Amino acid sequence: MSSSTDWPLWEVFVRSRRGLSHTHAGSLHAPDAEMALRNARDLYTRRSEGVSIWVVPSTAVTASSPDEKDSFFEPAADKPYRHPTFYEIPDGVKHL
Amino acid sequence: MNAALALGDDALVLSHRLGEWAGHAPVLEEEVALANIALDLLGQARVLLSLAGDEDELAYLREERAFRNLQLVEQPNGDFAHTIVRQLYFSVYQHLLYERLAAGDGAFAPLAAKAVKEVAYHRDHAEQWVLRLGDGTEESHRRTQAGLDALWRFTGEMFQPVEGLDGPDSGVDREELRTTWLTAVTETVERATLNLPTGPQSGGWAAGAGRQGLHTEPFGRMIAEMQHLHRSHPGASW
Repeated sequence: MSSSTDWPLWEVFVRSRRGLSHTHAGSLHAPDAEMALRNARDLYTRRSEGVSIWVVPSTAVTASSPDEKDSFFEPAADKPYRHPTFYEIPDGVKHL
Repeated sequence: MNAALALGDDALVLSHRLGEWAGHAPVLEEEVALANIALDLLGQARVLLSLAGDEDELAYLREERAFRNLQLVEQPNGDFAHTIVRQLYFSVYQHLLYERLAAGDGAFAPLAAKAVKEVAYHRDHAEQWVLRLGDGTEESHRRTQAGLDALWRFTGEMFQPVEGLDGPDSGVDREELRTTWLTAVTETVERATLNLPTGPQSGGWAAGAGRQGLHTEPFGRMIAEMQHLHRSHPGASW
């Protein structure tokens, strides 16, 4: 399995149904984008979990740093008026 | 000869060979890909063998001479390039055959229509890998060319008519199949900077007689392993 370390890492996003967004499913190694797409199909959509796949080089992802957690996310927590918690969700709406 | 047996044995034997990669593939992602292809083929084999009789009896209790698979699919895995070349030769043929069966009016049309999508993926997998191995490093090029050369003499058997399959309604014309296969495989191989062998596509004492029940030496060992559990514990279930 040593050669897998020579291959770049790819992040896989799967759209499970029309109308939904692509969701991060996991990551895998592949020599190039075309093979990454095929590996993603085998690893993440074998049991008809998806209708569309994106693969993105992991190096292209810029992530927020855990050190910045407070300044990034804390201020939102004490402002309940920002959250739509006062509405009843109608029965027909499944993906809110 | 029973056509369901010929198609079913091709799928069963190749499925078993690909399954042998479990735990040994060069990378985890590829191991899953090969296992997926093996499972697709096993699914096809079960349907086809059930048309010919009891699937377990046929898979596990027949002697070597009773198997009707092509000699190509029983060839040992060799290295990864060798396996990929076997996949290229077979899956292009199987894809073309199933496309034609699906479009025809024969008994296998419904099954072929369902399986053709799986087989299209097997073909794509093999073609993608041949391109990368052939046009990859010097070593991957050399190994892939060695696979193309070694397996070439088993390819002719794919284009011999199969009784009960090649009827007037089947949509299968073996000569047309051979020409189309050759064009498709040549294109992939040349794009991969490799050379398709030009020698005879069958030969030797019995190369190309798998459909008559004559198999190559490694096949006996393969079915011994495949049948061992069932023969040791007859009728056992999970």
